[in-house]
Order: sequence, then C-alpha cells, then structure tokens
Amino acid sequence: MRHLLSTKDLAREEAIVILDVAEDMAEVAGREVPRLPALRGKTVVNLFYEDSTRTRISFEAAAKRLSADVINFSAKGSSVSKGESLKDTAQTLAAMGADAVVVRHPASGAPDVLARGGWIDAGIVNAGDGTHEHPTQALLDAFTIRRRLHGAAARGHGLDGCRVTIVGDILHSRVARSNVWLLTALGARVSLVAPATLMPVALDRWPVELGYDLDAAIAAGPDVIMMLRIQAERMHDAFFPNAREYSRQWGLDDERMAALPERSMIMHPGPMNRGLEISAGAADSPRSTIREQVANGVSVRMAVLYLLLSGAMEGKA
Amino acid sequence: MPARTVLQPSDITRALTRISHEILESNRGGSDLVILGIPTRGVVLAERVGAILESIEPGSGTVGTLDITMYRDDLGRNLTRTPRPTRIPPGGIDGKTVVLVDDVLFSGRTIRAALDAMVDLGRPRAVRLAVLVDRGHRELPIRADFVGKNLPSSLAERINVRLDEIDGVEEVTIEP
Repeated sequence: MRHLLSTKDLAREEAIVILDVAEDMAEVAGREVPRLPALRGKTVVNLFYEDSTRTRISFEAAAKRLSADVINFSAKGSSVSKGESLKDTAQTLAAMGADAVVVRHPASGAPDVLARGGWIDAGIVNAGDGTHEHPTQALLDAFTIRRRLHGAAARGHGLDGCRVTIVGDILHSRVARSNVWLLTALGARVSLVAPATLMPVALDRWPVELGYDLDAAIAAGPDVIMMLRIQAERMHDAFFPNAREYSRQWGLDDERMAALPERSMIMHPGPMNRGLEISAGAADSPRSTIREQVANGVSVRMAVLYLLLSGAMEGKA
Repeated sequence: MPARTVLQPSDITRALTRISHEILESNRGGSDLVILGIPTRGVVLAERVGAILESIEPGSGTVGTLDITMYRDDLGRNLTRTPRPTRIPPGGIDGKTVVLVDDVLFSGRTIRAALDAMVDLGRPRAVRLAVLVDRGHRELPIRADFVGKNLPSSLAERINVRLDEIDGVEEVTIEP
C-alpha cells in the first residue's frame, strides 16, 4: 500500500488485511509494554488544516506505539496563516524527511493532490478531506462492527449480510461516503436515511438504499444504526427549520432506541451533538459503540501506518 | 539435481520426542514451562512438542505463539509482511522457563527478534531454543539448546521443512 486516500479503491481482500493487522495491533494495547519497534526511525507528520481532537490524537498515539517520530502541524500558528501554499508546505516537509504525511484538509481532494503532485515522496494518509472521504474512520467503524459480531474470532471475516443504516447529514459527511464504499465492499448492505435537503444529489451510482423516514428505518431492524453529526460549520443554508424540529424527526432519542432490536449497535463518529442527532441515553447505553470506536481507532491507524511504511505491499499503487 | 529428503515423517516424530525428553531433563521436570512457537511452522512444532510433553508429564505442555514480524530488522527492505497473532498462555511468561520453537535455525536473526519481542511481554526466568533443523551460517552469537538434526549446508542450498498441518506432506528436504 503506497497511500490511503479513499476507501473506494480498497478491494475486499485489502480491507480485510488491514482489519486483521488491526486485530494484532489491538492485542499490543493490552501488554505490559504497549509498543512495537516496527517503525523505528520513521517520521510521521500530522498535517492538520482543520480542527480535530480524536483523529489527530489517535494518529499520534498510533505512530508512537509503533516507535515512529511524530511531528504535529496545525494550520493555526504556522506559516499557512501567512499564506503558504500546500505545495510549499509539502516541499518543506519533504526536505525534513517525512516518511508519511497524515493530512486533514477542508478542501476535498487535497490529499490526492499531495499524493500525485510529485512534491513529496512520503506515503499520504487521508485523515478527512472536505466532504469527500475519511477512510480511517470507515475502517475503524468496520473493525468495531466486525468485533461486536464475531468477537475474538473476527480475523478473516467480512461483514456479509450485515445491515447498516446511516442517518443524518449525509450531504456534508465524508464519514458516510467512506463507509458506503468500505462496508459495501465488505459485504454489508447500507441504507441512507436523511431529510431530502441533506441527501446528496445523483446517488443513482451509489450501492445503497435510500429512505427519508427514520421510524420506518428503525422498524426494519438494522444491525447497525450510525448517527452522523450535524455539521453546522459547513451549513451556509437552511437545511432544516430548527434544531428541535430536526431532533424530533431525525434524532435518535430514547423512545426510538427502545424500538430498535436488542442486537442493534448504535454508532457515532463523534464529536456528538448530544440532544440533537443523538440523545444522552442512546449515546451512553451499552448498545452504543462510541467509546469502543475511539479505542479501536488507534489500532486501525497503527495497522494503516504499518502497512504504509514497512516495505511495499504487492498489487496496490 | 532434485531435492533430497533428509528427514522422513518418522524421523521428525522421533526428533520431536527426543527434544521433549531433553526439555524435561534440562528443566528437571515439567514445572513452569512455556513452549512458544514462532510462526508459521514453529507454531505447529510447538503444539506437537506440547502434546508430547503432556503425554510424558501431564500439566507440562503449556503452549503459545510468539509473532516476531514487528521486531524484524529487515522490515524496510522487503515486501510488507502481515503479522500473525501472538498468543501468550494465561499464566504469562514472568518467572517461567520459555522454550522457543522454530523449524530452521539459520542466520539467528529470527531468534534475535523473538528475544526482543519477549522483553515486551514479560521477564522469563530462562529462555531456551529448540529447532528441528540447524543448518549453520549464523550471523549473530546465538545457538540452539535442543536440535532435531544438524544439517551442514552451503549457502546456495535451500532447506524446506514441510509439515502435515500446513503443507499436507511431512518431510525435510534439501535443494541444491
């Protein structure tokens, strides 16, 4: 694996390899010394043009557990605020000898530009670009679902037959996009449920079912229900009348949670707007995987960094 | 020249039985023993040694696996290797006598990596090494305590260990 830019170009086998390696990485976390020497001497740069807590910390922890050196870079307080371009920043990082660059950028496609620009030789990991993709989030979601379904015997399994319903701000959600491709490749059936204003246009080529009624989706008894954050910072229009109205129609409240089957998992990529798309009762219930998702994020990112930085995996550009 | 068979199935069984007896002898019994196989074929051999130990002295065949992928010194030079699971028995390895089991002892680099991997898991009382075949050409100051067969070889030759559980055949061959 040279770069990880999108889950769209991950084949089922490649995705399962990443998840299986993540299982091994998760075992390391429980050890006396939760650290592996695999990436000793490598430098990982976290290049964050957009705010983030869990993704940046998660990548930092993952790199450190693999003994890599980590350089954190955020656009605030750097030369970017003086007008430095992505190209110049990339060339600076190349000159410093970065082996991998984890990039989050508000513009869709920025990691792709970095990977193809020829400015830097490092492996590029997309940590969220605009409203395009967030591949490691989708991988950790798939990992979390697989672990809940198969427990310790998860290795080698896909998500065949698992029914996943993604609810909320699909339009602005890179998490939803990455999950649609990855979960489908792993054999799951994905359906999207949102108000029509928050549904992207031209969905006819997506391998999904569409719905506009959350109660109907819950009555269908999905294995997983994934609530998305309302991304107020990207909303420059009125997409719904007001927060209370949204919460009543599209939020996962205690009543709707009670209507879900006992086996259904409740997921949220975080950060949550409690009381808007998800109630505190649903977020903190034992069916919720939200804290597991954060813990699994480190294991999955360790697997991605390991596969990216230790030699060349066959068959993948 | 075709591959020459150096160990038949019965030879392999006899070698493992002798190694098991030697382990018990040098440990003065079966207490506090942990047998750790190194993937891939070391795991199968460790399980067999564990079963033999169990038949000689019940309770002495505690078996686990130790993956060394992340500790290799050639990670950056070859194709990416996917790690295998490490399974340490519930009692851990602290204060135990650990016997590492591998199929072929060659440069010694695998064992160097295994020793590093073990440091991160705990502090054994002693570490021993059992191998089915020792072919020489060590690059590090490492030697085996229990050897199935010493097989002096030239660097150009290939030693193939094939085991029933993985390969469907049971033999050790040498290829020019």
